[in-house]
Amino acid sequence: MTNFHYIGKEASRPDGPDKAAGKAVYIQDLQRPGMLYGKIKFSDFPHARIKHIDTSKAERLTGVRAVITATNTPEIRLGFLRDNFALKKDKVRQYRDEIAAVAAIDPEIAEEAIELIKVEYEPLPGLFSPHEAMKEGAPLVHERDPQGNSRTDNLVPLQFHHESGDLEAGKRAAKHVVEGTFTTPMVQQCCMGTAGCIAEFDMNSNLTVWAKTQIPFLAQRDFNRALSDMGLAGKNARVIVPTLGGGFGSGLDTHCYEYIAILLAFRTGYPVKIVYTRAEEFANLSPRQSSTTKIIQGCDQNGKLTFRHVEVLQDNGAYTSWGATYPSVMMMPATSLYRISNVYFNAQLVYTNNTYCQAMRGYGNPEFTWALESNLDELAEEAGIDPFDFRMLNSNKPNETTPMGLKISTCGLKECLETVAQKLNWKKRYKKGKHRGKGLASLIHVGGGARIYRSDASGLILKLDDFGNVNVYHGGVEMGQGLHSVLTMAVAEALGVSSKRVLINPTDTGTCPWDVGTHASRGAFMACNAAILAANKLRDKIFGLAEVFYPQEVEKNLKKLKKKNPNYKPPDFDVIKAARRENFELQDGFIFIKDGPQESWLRLELARLLRAIHFRNQGQMFTTEVFYDPPNELPDFKKGFGNISATYAFGTQGAEVEVDTETGEVKILKMVAAHDVGKVLNPQALKGQMYGAIAQGIGYAFYEELLSKQGKILNPNFRDYKIPRVYEMNFPIELEFIESNDKFGPFGAKGVAEPGLVPTAPAIANAIYDAIGVRIHDLPITPDKVLAALKKLKQTKD
Amino acid sequence: MKKEISFTLNGSEVTVTIDEHLCLIDILRGPLGQTGTNEGCREGECGACTVIVDGQAVNSCLYPAFEVEGKNVITIEGLQEPNNKLSVFQQAFVDHGAIQCGFCTPGMIMSAKALLDTNQNPTEDEIRDALLGNLCRCTGYVQIVEAVKQAAVQLKNKK
Ligand code: FES
Ligand code: FES
Repeated sequence: MTNFHYIGKEASRPDGPDKAAGKAVYIQDLQRPGMLYGKIKFSDFPHARIKHIDTSKAERLTGVRAVITATNTPEIRLGFLRDNFALKKDKVRQYRDEIAAVAAIDPEIAEEAIELIKVEYEPLPGLFSPHEAMKEGAPLVHERDPQGNSRTDNLVPLQFHHESGDLEAGKRAAKHVVEGTFTTPMVQQCCMGTAGCIAEFDMNSNLTVWAKTQIPFLAQRDFNRALSDMGLAGKNARVIVPTLGGGFGSGLDTHCYEYIAILLAFRTGYPVKIVYTRAEEFANLSPRQSSTTKIIQGCDQNGKLTFRHVEVLQDNGAYTSWGATYPSVMMMPATSLYRISNVYFNAQLVYTNNTYCQAMRGYGNPEFTWALESNLDELAEEAGIDPFDFRMLNSNKPNETTPMGLKISTCGLKECLETVAQKLNWKKRYKKGKHRGKGLASLIHVGGGARIYRSDASGLILKLDDFGNVNVYHGGVEMGQGLHSVLTMAVAEALGVSSKRVLINPTDTGTCPWDVGTHASRGAFMACNAAILAANKLRDKIFGLAEVFYPQEVEKNLKKLKKKNPNYKPPDFDVIKAARRENFELQDGFIFIKDGPQESWLRLELARLLRAIHFRNQGQMFTTEVFYDPPNELPDFKKGFGNISATYAFGTQGAEVEVDTETGEVKILKMVAAHDVGKVLNPQALKGQMYGAIAQGIGYAFYEELLSKQGKILNPNFRDYKIPRVYEMNFPIELEFIESNDKFGPFGAKGVAEPGLVPTAPAIANAIYDAIGVRIHDLPITPDKVLAALKKLKQTKD
Repeated sequence: MKKEISFTLNGSEVTVTIDEHLCLIDILRGPLGQTGTNEGCREGECGACTVIVDGQAVNSCLYPAFEVEGKNVITIEGLQEPNNKLSVFQQAFVDHGAIQCGFCTPGMIMSAKALLDTNQNPTEDEIRDALLGNLCRCTGYVQIVEAVKQAAVQLKNKK
C-alpha cells in the first residue's frame, strides 16, 4: 500500500483556530458600508387570495428606505419547477409566503415597519396532508402550472418510478412476505447559525451576494436569471460564501429572502442584509419532507429476498425545491440495498398548504431506510432467521450491478455487518423480561458524487507563488463538515508540499472555477480528486522545467557549501544527466532526484526553483486549472435506471437499548457504527462527522418533529423542538471504518457526510423490538408511542 | 431610555451609552464590535451567546445590558493570549476536532472556562452539566467533551 505523508493522519482543521478565537465571520457578523436591514412580511393565512396590501404607513416610518411588494417590483420566479415567486401577488399558499418587504436603517425600524403593513385576504380552504390533497375535488394549491396551463390536481408533476425483474414471479417465489407502512415527520436542519445574506449592487448594476449557500454556482445562475427578470440582462451576480454556521442541506436552493434582498438593494442603491431569527428559521426555512412509505418484501425458505414493492407518498408543501427530487435517492436503497432482483418502486409528491420542503442531510435516504430496515427485521422474524444472518445472506457484494443500474465497485457491507455484530456481541442476546435489546440496520448511499444535474463536476485551481505557497481556489463549500481540512491534506499529499503551505481561498464565483454544489456527500470526493489531477499537472510542469533550472540552483548550493567547507567532497554524481523529469520527486516542499545521493545541497527548496523560473527573461509562473467530472451518469428517474454515482458508500449501525416499560423511555446503552468509507482521509474529521451524524440520527429517532397545525408551525424554538444536547448524547459510540480503497475515490476514499445518520433510527427501533417486542412504525419514537404500542401488545396477548 | 454604563470587558474598562431594553449581546456585537459571541436563538435556548459575568456563565442574549454596570465581563475575545496565541481552552478545542461549523464554539468554550475556573478536577458528569445549555448541531458533543477534559489536564499541569 502507498505510504502517505498526510492522508490518513490526524490533523486539526485549518479554520479551527479562527473559529475557536471567535474570529470566523458568519453572515451575522458581516457588515458593508451603508448597509440597510431587510425584513419580510409573511402571510397570515395558509391559503388565501390577497385582496389588498396597504404599505403606506410603513413607507412613512422614519428610517425606512424602501417597501416592496409584488406589484411594485418585477416578477421573479424560483423553485425546482419554477412554481414559486419571490413576492406573492394574487394568492398565498402557505403561512410563510412573502407578501412584502422593507429595508430600513436598523433592524428594529425594519421590524416596526413590517407590523405597519396591512393585508386584506380572502381565505381559501386549505390542504394540510397529502391524503386530503389527493382527494377528488380537493381545492387546488396551484390552479396553473408555471407554463400557464390549468391544473386539475395537486400532484407534483415529477415521476419517480422503477420496475425491474418479474415482480409476480418474485411474489410466487416468496415463502414469507411481510408488509408495513412507516412514516417519518418533517424535521429541521437546525443550523446553529441561521440563514441570511447581503445583496449589494455596484454602479454598473453588477450584483454581489454574500450567501449562506451550498451551491454558489447554481445560485449565480439563479440570481443572473433574476437580474434578467429585473431588466438587467447581461449583468452578473457574484456569489461569495462567508463562514457557514452549518448547512445540512438548507443551502441547496436559492431562497425567496435572497431575491428580496436583491430587489431591496436595487431599489435603495445600498447593500441590504436579511438574516432570519430563530423563529423565522423554524417557520420560514424549508425543512425535510415528511413521508409515508408502504413496503412489502418477501423471501424464499432460505431467506433470500425475492421481491420488494415500495410506494412512497410525500408532502411536498406549497412549492418545489430541489428537495422535490428526494425519491431519486430513495430509489437507490429501494433497488440496491441488499441483493434483490424483482423491484417495484413508485413515489408521489403532493402539493399542500404546508411549508414547502427542501433538502436535508441524507436526502430521502433516512426516510426510506427507516421503512426498509424496520421491515427487513420483520421479514427475518417471519422467516425464523436471525436479523444479522438474514442481512449477511442478502448482503451486496463488490463488482455487481444492481437493478437500478448502480455499478457497485467496492462494497464493505459484509465487513460492516460483521464488525457491528462483533462489537455488539450479537449472538449473546438478553433474556426476555430484561427489557434490553440489540438491533442493527445498514445503508447504501452515493459515495462518488451524484449526478442529478447536467454536470456533476468540480473545478479547482492551484496557484503557486514565489514563496512556495499553494493557493487553492475551489467552488465547494466548507460548512463545518471539514472539506477544507481534507482538501488541504490532499493538495499537500498529491503535490508534495507541507500542508502549512496550502492556503484555501474563500469560495467565490468570481475567483473559483465551477462546482455543482456541496451536497450528496460529494465535497471531499470531488475536491480531492480534482486536487490530485491539478497536482499531477503542476508536478509535470515543474519537473519539466526543473531539467534546466534544478542543476543551476543546486550548483549554487554546492558552491556555497564548498566555500564554507573547502574539504567537502561531493559524491560522484552527474546532476545534469540525472535531471530528467521522470527522475524528480517533490516532497514537503523540496525537489530532489529520486534514488540520488542524500546530500542536503541536492534538496532544493521548491520556492527557490519557482523564483529561478519566474525572475528571468521569458519567466514563467505556475497556475493550473482542472475540471474533474466523475464517471457517473444522469439517471432516467421515470424508468428508475442509471449509475448515479461513481462509487457507493455502505455501512451498518447497531444499537443496544434498555426500555422502561413504565414510562416508555428508551435509554441507549451503546451505539456501534461501522462504515465503508473507502479510505480514511483524516480520522479526526471523519470521526467528528460520524458522531455528529449519529447525533442527528438520534434526534430523528427520538425527538425531532416540526409540528404544524393547519399549516402553522407550532414549535418554532429549541424549547419545543428538541435536538440532542450533551445530556442525551451520553452513551458510548464505537466507530469502525472499513477501508475498501475504491479505485474511483481520491486516495481510495468515498463520500461519507450523510451515511452516518441514515441507519440510526431503524437500528434503534429494531433494538426496541428486540427488547420489548413492539414495533414502532412512526418516527419519532416518543415514550407515548412506546407505551401505546405496549398496551396494544398486551391487549392482543390477553 | 438611554443610559450610560461602565464595566470591565476582557480586562479593560469600557463605557457605552445603551438603550435600556438592550441585552448584553446587543452591545457586545453592536457598539463594542465583539462579534465572537454568537446569537443562535435569542431565547436562552442554545448557549451560542454564552459569556462570563463575574465568574458565572450567562446567556448574553437574555442578560439585560444595564445589569453589567460595574461588573467583570469576559467574552471569547478575552481568552486569546498575547502574540496571537490561543488559550489552553481554545487550543484544546482545535486539537480535539471539537469544532466543525464553529458557531457554537465560542459559547461552548466560555461554558467550559466558567466550569474549569472554579473546578479544576471536573468529572465527566460535571463537564456535561456545565455544557447542558450549549447546543451543537455538528459534532455530537463527543470531541467537545474530550477537549474540555484535555483542557482541564493541561490547566492543572500549567499550575
Ligand atoms: S442566543 Fe442566547 S441562548 Fe441562544
Ligand atoms: S460546531 Fe456547528 S454547531 Fe457546534
